[in-house]
Amino acid sequence: MRRSDLGEFEEVVLLTVAVLAPHAYSVSIAEELEQETGQTVSTGAVHAALQRLEQKGYVTSLLGEATAERGGRRKRLFTVTALGGRVLNDVRQVRNRLWERIVPQVTLKWS
Amino acid sequence: MKTLKNKSPFPRLDEFLHRLVAPHLREEIMGDLHERYQRRTQRLGEPNARQRYWRDALTYVRWSNIKRKPNPYPTTYIYSPTMLRNYFKIAFRNLLKHKGYSFVNIFGLATGMAVAMLIGLWVWDELSFNKSHKNYDRIAQVWQFVNFDGTISSYNSVPIPMAEELRSKYPDFQATSLSTYTRDVILAAGDKKLTKSGNYVQPAFVDMMSFKMLAGSADGLKDVHTIFLSESVAKAFFGTENPLNKIIRMGNKTDVKVTGVYEDLPYNSAFRDVLFLAPWELFVANDAYVKRVLDEWDENSFQVFAQLKEGPSAEAVSAKIKDIRMKRKDPPGYKPAFFLHPMEQWHLYTDFKDGKNAGGIVYFVWLFGAIGVFVLLLACINFMNLSTARSEKRAKEVGIRKSVGSVRGQLIFQFLSESFVITLIAFVLALLFAQLTLPFFNEIADKRVSILWANPWFWLFGLGFSLLTGLIAGSYPALYLSSFQPIKVLKGTFKASRFTSVPRKVLVVFQFTVSVTLIIGIITVFRQIQHAKDRPSGYERSSLVEINMNTPELYAHYEALRNDLLNTGAVVEFAESGGSITNQYGGTTNISWKGKTPNTQPLFMGNQVTHDFGKTVGWKVIEGRDFSRKFSTDSSAMIINEAALKLMGFKNPIGEIVRSGKEYKVIGVIKNMIRQSPFEPVNAAFYTINYNAVNTISFKLAPQLGTSKALDKVAGVFKKYNPEAPFEYSFVDEVYGRKFSDEERIGKLAAFFALLAILISCLGLFGLASFIAEQRIKEIGIRKVLGASVAGLWQMLSKDFALLVLIACFISAPISYYLLNDWLQHYEYRTELSWWVFVAAGLGAIAIALLTVSYQAIRAALMNPIKSLKTE
Repeated sequence: MRRSDLGEFEEVVLLTVAVLAPHAYSVSIAEELEQETGQTVSTGAVHAALQRLEQKGYVTSLLGEATAERGGRRKRLFTVTALGGRVLNDVRQVRNRLWERIVPQVTLKWS
Repeated sequence: MKTLKNKSPFPRLDEFLHRLVAPHLREEIMGDLHERYQRRTQRLGEPNARQRYWRDALTYVRWSNIKRKPNPYPTTYIYSPTMLRNYFKIAFRNLLKHKGYSFVNIFGLATGMAVAMLIGLWVWDELSFNKSHKNYDRIAQVWQFVNFDGTISSYNSVPIPMAEELRSKYPDFQATSLSTYTRDVILAAGDKKLTKSGNYVQPAFVDMMSFKMLAGSADGLKDVHTIFLSESVAKAFFGTENPLNKIIRMGNKTDVKVTGVYEDLPYNSAFRDVLFLAPWELFVANDAYVKRVLDEWDENSFQVFAQLKEGPSAEAVSAKIKDIRMKRKDPPGYKPAFFLHPMEQWHLYTDFKDGKNAGGIVYFVWLFGAIGVFVLLLACINFMNLSTARSEKRAKEVGIRKSVGSVRGQLIFQFLSESFVITLIAFVLALLFAQLTLPFFNEIADKRVSILWANPWFWLFGLGFSLLTGLIAGSYPALYLSSFQPIKVLKGTFKASRFTSVPRKVLVVFQFTVSVTLIIGIITVFRQIQHAKDRPSGYERSSLVEINMNTPELYAHYEALRNDLLNTGAVVEFAESGGSITNQYGGTTNISWKGKTPNTQPLFMGNQVTHDFGKTVGWKVIEGRDFSRKFSTDSSAMIINEAALKLMGFKNPIGEIVRSGKEYKVIGVIKNMIRQSPFEPVNAAFYTINYNAVNTISFKLAPQLGTSKALDKVAGVFKKYNPEAPFEYSFVDEVYGRKFSDEERIGKLAAFFALLAILISCLGLFGLASFIAEQRIKEIGIRKVLGASVAGLWQMLSKDFALLVLIACFISAPISYYLLNDWLQHYEYRTELSWWVFVAAGLGAIAIALLTVSYQAIRAALMNPIKSLKTE
């Protein structure tokens, strides 16, 4: 399992693709992330992350329909591949295991 | 959709990004940007959205977006070896297919290049004259301007004390040397006797002129009885033996020892005829006249060469030495002003007018340089015209090549390589032509040039020029043809624009302008020569023979020698004189007569002759009588020529008294005799009797006896009187003919080049005519079917060309008039430019052009129309 090559931003983008499927593309992902995190997310950064994810085989893409607000240009729609899904699962399980091992007092202290 | 695109807030930024980003990513990236912008505008308002647009845009600037996707198809290699081979194959096939055209093209270009090469070599040789002397830029000869009654003449002869004066009083000089003019002297070693030319010089001369000593040391001339020989002379006398310390007898009089041998000077050196060097002291010791004038400041009969020190220019030093004579006692009336003539100018700048340098041979360097450039240009024009005309034929080839995948770069390369192949073939041929014609060229040009095989400049120029021609001539087909759209060309809707032939016509006009100008030029040069030849010389040159009295044995036997010669029956008249009839030295201003304007110093040529001189040379007495032995008073009698009569202004010259040294009585007037340049007016001259001041024998051969037989008999007599010396003589008419040699040489060279220029122009015209006839072959066929006559078709095809040549004639007339008028101004005695020369040259050019074109025109007109119309 090559989990180490999944950066944090990439992980979030991959998750968002899974959430927004089948309408995930750079703009929608960026806006979604902006909403969720409350921080500005540029499409450029998302686009770059998507390119990397596609290279690694975690997402696939196809060209979608053209819209007027895009100036008649088509959008590139992304979907998570089976491999991508497995990686997401792995990451989540690692996190879960770690969460479970945290002593309850500590969790209380934080909140 | 376009309107939507135009809504972009930053079109410039978009454009930049569009260029930057790889094509396969452009759509999604630009789309994303714009969509985000739209959404933000709605949500946050435009200003905010604009600001973020910028930031978003910049986040796309990363290598993964810029990197282009590799092309999955193989690229076309413009320089693939297979294609290169194909280009050359096609080029050679094209050459072989159109043999006539290739011949015209290559032959014309090669001829032009060969001419340019020859002229280039000639110019190179002229410019490198005297450069073999190491101190080239610091050597000068002392000249003087003298003023005879307002006319300023220049002479390179100066008095003897000049050398010492310069050496001792002027620190600018490193060395000076007196020298005689190059003179013929009989040299004898053992049985061998040869007449060789050489100079008597001072020892400094050897180093100054950087003679290369092959044996002996450079200061070997310090002893009086010594001599330096050139290598060739040493070889002629002593073969392989060591010439050093051998004895040579000079002029049957003095024995001298060979103390040095120097390398022969190159042909393009001012001293190329100096085959021996002898000490000045020896010259002084053997010549009573020179001994007498050693300290005379007004005996201008010698040469002085000088080498300047590093630094001062010849001009600056000239200013210092100008008045050397005028500052001394008794300045002469002709006001000599001395100056230094630097070695750089000895060959090319030898004419002086009114005390200023007026060029000289450099004029011809320019002239021939220009002719060379023009001939070359004519050849290039041919080449360009033919290749552009031909190239339209290849439009279909271009169409097919493009259809099967040729890119434009390949086609450009192909056409350029084709024209390079042709120019390089032409260059090689030109080298061959030049090499083959060099001996002939050297003979007419009086040169010893050879192709500079080892000179990098020569190759640089030659190859560089070939490439340039190839590039210029090939660029039209390369750039124009390669731009054709294959579909138009192959469907047949392509038609060359009407104006493509305009530059071609202009170039033809240019070619013929040059050709006609050259024709007019050569006609005028030859007319000028003929004009001078037709000028009455004032004496009878045929069968007149001269012998230089260069041994003491020939002197003081006047009567005996004369009688012996007359008794042989081979000689009808005999006389002696001071100087040859074909030359004139010995000017004097020391002359006065009754009625002479005081304080004027006109120059008179004084001549000493014997009683029989007039009858021997056949001068024409127009007033009074010839010298005669019957009058003992003739020892102080004088005969003057017409020019002198005019100058003296006598109404009745016979019996007038003229003083020149002593008093003379004028007894006769003769017609002017041309003894100097036949292009200049004859100087005022007088003749007096003096049997001692002679150095030339002249005699007239009996006409009934045949020249060689008569000369045999004469030789016998001379053997008796002068057994030690070889019998050497010259025919006056031959020597006289040499006075025209410069002009004749120029005329011949110009004729040679003009002929080639015309040949090249006609070759081009021939090629163009054949091309046009071929292009219009169907039209001609249809015209013939409809009843056109051969004459009518000939007229149709020839008319255009005749018109172009006619225009050329009209352009060339004023140009050639201007140039030739300028040239003729150099001659005092000149022919006039008559209108018929221009008309003749023009008609000649039109006739030649029509002949050239007619061959093609008539061939096309005679063709069977079935043949031309049947195809397709």
